[in-house]
Amino acid sequence: MKCLKLTGALLALAMTLACGTALAADVLRIKPSGDVKALDPHLGSDSMARNYGYMVYDTLFAMDASLAIKPQMVDTWSKSDDGKTYKFTLRDGLKFSDGTPVTSKDVIASLKRWSVNDSLGQQLNAKGASWAAQDDRTFTLTLSESWGLVLDALGKAGAPVPFIMPARIADATPPNEAVKDHTGSGPFVFLGDEWVPGAKLAFAKNPFYKPRSEEASGLAGGKVAKVDRIEWTIIPDQQTALDALRKGEIDIDEDLSADLIPLAKEAEGVAVANQDDIGVAQQIRLNTIQPPFNNPLLRKALLTAVNGDDFLAAVITDPSLGKSCQSFYSCSSPYATKAGFPTPDIEKARALVAQSGYDGTPAVLLDATENANIHAFVTVTDQLLKDIGIKTRVDAMDWATVTSRRQSKEPVDKGGWSIFISGPGGLDFLEPVGHLGLRSNCEKAWFGWPCDEQIETMRTQFAGLTDLAQRKALAEKIQLRAVETVPYVPIGTQYQIRAYRSNLTGILTPPAPVYWNIARK
Amino acid sequence: MFSFAIKRVLSTIPVMLFVAFFVFSLLYLAPGDPAALIAGDQASPAEIARIRDSLGLDEPMLWRFLEWIGHVLRGNLGVSIFSQLPVSTLIAQRLEPTLSLMGLTLIISVTIAVPLGVLAAAWQGTWVDRLVMAIAVFGFSVPVFVIGYLLSYVFAIRLDLLPVQGYSPLADGVLSFLRNLILPAMALSCVYIALIARITRTSMIDVLSQDYIRTARAKGLGAAPVLFLHALKNASVPVVTVIGLGIAMLIGGAVVTETVFAIPGVGRLVVDAILRRDYPVIQGVVLLFSMGYVLINLGIDLLYTLLDPRVRY
Repeated sequence: MKCLKLTGALLALAMTLACGTALAADVLRIKPSGDVKALDPHLGSDSMARNYGYMVYDTLFAMDASLAIKPQMVDTWSKSDDGKTYKFTLRDGLKFSDGTPVTSKDVIASLKRWSVNDSLGQQLNAKGASWAAQDDRTFTLTLSESWGLVLDALGKAGAPVPFIMPARIADATPPNEAVKDHTGSGPFVFLGDEWVPGAKLAFAKNPFYKPRSEEASGLAGGKVAKVDRIEWTIIPDQQTALDALRKGEIDIDEDLSADLIPLAKEAEGVAVANQDDIGVAQQIRLNTIQPPFNNPLLRKALLTAVNGDDFLAAVITDPSLGKSCQSFYSCSSPYATKAGFPTPDIEKARALVAQSGYDGTPAVLLDATENANIHAFVTVTDQLLKDIGIKTRVDAMDWATVTSRRQSKEPVDKGGWSIFISGPGGLDFLEPVGHLGLRSNCEKAWFGWPCDEQIETMRTQFAGLTDLAQRKALAEKIQLRAVETVPYVPIGTQYQIRAYRSNLTGILTPPAPVYWNIARK
Repeated sequence: MFSFAIKRVLSTIPVMLFVAFFVFSLLYLAPGDPAALIAGDQASPAEIARIRDSLGLDEPMLWRFLEWIGHVLRGNLGVSIFSQLPVSTLIAQRLEPTLSLMGLTLIISVTIAVPLGVLAAAWQGTWVDRLVMAIAVFGFSVPVFVIGYLLSYVFAIRLDLLPVQGYSPLADGVLSFLRNLILPAMALSCVYIALIARITRTSMIDVLSQDYIRTARAKGLGAAPVLFLHALKNASVPVVTVIGLGIAMLIGGAVVTETVFAIPGVGRLVVDAILRRDYPVIQGVVLLFSMGYVLINLGIDLLYTLLDPRVRY
């Protein structure tokens, strides 16, 4: 009897241990590329808030692996012949993470809130967007004129994304304030009581989420949560993160730094791959309203001088980690073109500087020294400007100061600036309308405030086209004009690199890192 | 002594507020915009302005500071600009890891450094002394993060004995708590051991040349009782001082250690807050640190009276 009891106890212990192991195996531990600053993906263009959003919320439409927009929460949709009215029907059985059904009212409230902060949303509103619920699952969008980018707006993957949240939250929270209730419509539930800001975020599988039946593809398709729990652990030190990955303390390390890639590739049980194929659009942003770069010839001189390969060589050793693209559109964009883009030529750049009547006003470069990429690019830019005969001054600061200083429209001798370096997601540089850098609507444009009526007119025309060939032709014309106005200088695409345990399967490579579809071998 | 302690604590309140105001002013005068950071890299000026307005960041600095003091006096440290959580909650979440790290570091350091200092003094000029001083020089010279990486490489990566990173709360078990904390505490101890060992040695050498030590030895007292019962107690006033003041160094070192070992402590909280210009969090942590220093100094002063009966208040 005693023996039986002992055996039983041992079996129970073994089962407990086995269960413990199984439970442990159901937790996916991620080191995200940064920390989420505010838990509200409608609030701004912060990519970490966007990534958080994809965990907790779902969208009406989504971009698949081929960058095509596909229905996601929407079951069916139709467009009137005049292109002014869209009718959408939600999938049956959609529920929020608190178990309440997703209704047309929720969708409309969410989209109205999102549209205040998003450029495509603002354009949608400018077209007289009027939303109306027909019943709990059906709603319409009516525009005052036809606009070709409705689905692109509703399925956009760049932040802020039109995520759907309950109307009781969307209606009650102004668009410039973060939501406090994190009830979502996505495949995971945010565990607020476990949140340690700056250190850890935890998510559980959303028991009420109803995935689509199709295979997962990009940000679209069946978002099947194959693990019970996901933990985001903020590990500020890159070496520590890689060591933790090697030891299996974490499963995925987003955005591995370039110098650690060789170490990661050598590590046992670790695989290394591109986070996505679009990458980030590294660029030199110019202040077009203050000397010296209010002079278009000087801007063109810099465009002519920059050789993207030289810049990328300052931060990466493996050419597969980035590529220069002589285009204002992301390299992977269907509209990417070399039309009019000058071949790098220092002598020609010097001649343009001489021709410009440059008066010797120094160019002030904002150097966010804590960011290795930015610091390296600023150093190269500084040397290049000197080489072509432009005086420079590098102001060292942190990124927080850059974000503040770049808002200044003052001359450089009164605290203004001439250049800052940035690497926004290439997703926002795919086509002319949503293109942040090409926007040339003066005061409303991104920092640097380029002002060009021709580009703005063509961007508006682009939104009215649906034919790809026509769109390509117009995108090329826009680039030809941008080569003259030079709102910014493209450097090239740099890929974010992900390292992960090689026993993971189903990792997707959309423009935002997502954690559905992932399981262990 | 009780009234002294009360007076001492009360007299430091203005000091703490001054420190908080000073730090707040510096940060306020330094450029940096939390609204721009919330809005993201690609935000338009209009979006940033909307967020600034909702956060009340355009209000005058003095008004914001007075508002903050008003809240503090009512026991409210304010709300983080970013997480929208109360600052007291954020600090409470981060306090245990930092206090645990500092506590364990203190235990390791004192346990190792004091005997080393005593031995070096007792065998002054011999190889023992030179060895202890060499260890001290090493501890001072090598940055904490280098020692951290070294320990992590040896004990976590090569020998696979301990985790690379993370913190396990004491409530989850003593073993996992110690497993996670031992490497960071060892890394942080190095500089502290060096400091305490040197001071202990110097103080002990001074005491060992005193007449009463010579008398004790002449009376036939053994070496150990002379060193540890007679000399060490009288040599300990400067040692206690340096232990207390060294806690300031510990806080600085804890920031680095918490980063290398990914420990979610107060050090990382304040660094992140500074980088984001999360003013309420910075003020709250500065106030906490100031209070910590005041209490440590008070504790040291009180300890003097126990160690040296000649000290009176």
